[in-house]
Amino acid sequence: MALLKKKGRREAEIPTSSMADIAFLLLIFFLVTTTIDVDTGIGMVLPPKLEDDVEPPPIKERNVLKILVNEQGMVLVEDQPSAVQLIRQEVVTHVMNEGADPRYAEAATKALVSIKTARETPYDAYVSVLDEVWMAYYEMWDNEARKLGYPDYKAYLAVIDANDSENEIKDRIKAAISIAEPDAA
Amino acid sequence: MAGHFQKKMKTKEDIPTASLPDIIFMLLIFFMVSTVLRETTVQVRTQLPSAEALTKIDQKRLVSYIYIGPRKLDGNRIGETGVQIDDALVEDVGNVRTIMYRKLVEQPKLIVSLKVDTTSEMGMVLDVQQELREAGTLRINYSSKREIPS
Repeated sequence: MALLKKKGRREAEIPTSSMADIAFLLLIFFLVTTTIDVDTGIGMVLPPKLEDDVEPPPIKERNVLKILVNEQGMVLVEDQPSAVQLIRQEVVTHVMNEGADPRYAEAATKALVSIKTARETPYDAYVSVLDEVWMAYYEMWDNEARKLGYPDYKAYLAVIDANDSENEIKDRIKAAISIAEPDAA
Repeated sequence: MAGHFQKKMKTKEDIPTASLPDIIFMLLIFFMVSTVLRETTVQVRTQLPSAEALTKIDQKRLVSYIYIGPRKLDGNRIGETGVQIDDALVEDVGNVRTIMYRKLVEQPKLIVSLKVDTTSEMGMVLDVQQELREAGTLRINYSSKREIPS
C-alpha cells in the first residue's frame, strides 16, 4: 500500500525529455517554409501625368540620347544600329561630353536618355537596355566618388547619409531616363 | 595526484542538455516571426528577368505587387497575357487606375513592384504604366533577379 502511494507521486511531473524533439520538429517546419528574400529590382520614378493644356518643357535635341528597341530586341542608338553591350559606353560619352562633341550633350545636368520601345518588344530586351543605362550612371557616380576621395559611390552615400548632407554627385549627374511612348501604329 | 585528476575528468564527460530546448525555442521563435506565408496565389506566370543595376526594397509594407505575364491554364498550358493585382486578375487594364489610386490613399509612400514575365510584350507594361501615372503611383520597381555571372 505504501509502495503504491509513492508511485503515484512520482508520475506527477511532466516528462520534458521530448520537449527538444518537439521544438526541433517545429523549427524544421519553419526553416523550410521561411523565405528570407529581399525584393530586388530596377527602381524608376514615372513622370507625373501631363495636364492637357500644359506643353511639355522644351528639350534640345542634342541633349537627348535616343535609344530604340524594336520588336526583335535589336537596338538603335541615335538612329545607328548598335548592340546592348555598347550602350553603357555610349551613355557615358553622352553624359560626360560637357559640350565637346556637338552630337552629344551640352552638360551632364542637361543630359537625358530616352528609351523607346515598340509595343511588341519583349520585356527582357527592354530590361537589359534599361539595366545597361543604369549601370552607366552607376559607373559615372563611382568615378565622381573616386575623384572626391572615396573608394566608390556606395561609400560616398554612406558618408552623406551619416552627415545628412547634400548628394553633390547626384546634383551634378542626375539619372534622367525617360520611357517614351511607342508611336501610334 | 594523477588518480585524483582522472576522477574529476570522468565526472564532466557529458554535455548538459537541459538548456537545449530553450536554445531551440529561441531559434523557433525567430523563424516564426520572420516567416511570411504566401498569401496570394499568382495566376500568371512570372519568370523574372535578370539585371545588374539592382536596388533593394527594404520596407516591405510599402510595396504593392502587380503581376504581368501569360495566364496559367489547366495542364501546364499558358494563355494570353494577364494582369494580376493582389488575388484577382484584372480583366480591363483601365481598372488598374482605380485599384492603385485606392492603395495610394491608404499608403502615400507606395512603391509598385512590377513582376513581369520575360516573354511579355512591352505594350501591356506600357499600358499599365500609363494607368499608374493616372493613379499617381509614380514610384515603380521592375522586379528582377541578380544576374548570374557567366
